[in-house]
Amino acid sequence: MPMAASEIERLIKASIPDAEVMIRDLAGDGDHYAARVVSRSFEGMSRIRQHQAVYSALGGRVGGELHALQLETAVPTEMTSE
Amino acid sequence: MSDARSKIDEIVKNNDIVLFMKGTSLFPQCGFSSRAVAILERLGAQYETVDVLQDAEIRQGIKEYSDWPTIPQLYVKGEFVGGSDIMMEMFESGELKQLVGAEA
Repeated sequence: MPMAASEIERLIKASIPDAEVMIRDLAGDGDHYAARVVSRSFEGMSRIRQHQAVYSALGGRVGGELHALQLETAVPTEMTSE
Repeated sequence: MSDARSKIDEIVKNNDIVLFMKGTSLFPQCGFSSRAVAILERLGAQYETVDVLQDAEIRQGIKEYSDWPTIPQLYVKGEFVGGSDIMMEMFESGELKQLVGAEA
């Protein structure tokens, strides 16, 4: 069941309000996406926790309805350089 | 502890480096699993794989074990490291080499 990129972005922002979300549709089929999510709330979290926060925002759709989501997370660069 | 959970726990604790994946290292059945294998091969890591497609209990159980919704999943010395995206980031930064290559 394909899912629109705008819906993915909406769900992520609903639970991580300051998130900057960039989504690429990798195959043009609405089923294989790459997302980059940047948020201050990730500061101090391990990569696993950062990804889990995004998976949790997507409410169990990853691995099911949303088959393939390549994920990259980061804190804003002005924070990492401090 | 459920059967699946104790089975997974035993696998994770008894293998220094273990990748839960779809298919085998020679014949991965999914692009993400294929990428994970390629990274470990590139690092020359000595690793075991578990094909979750051969065991429905493990396939479901591993997601609960790590609270992680996707496969592949890499475990090193009993610790969950991440899926293929995290493996790629750690490969590029050199962290994964340190983690899996130290004993080689």
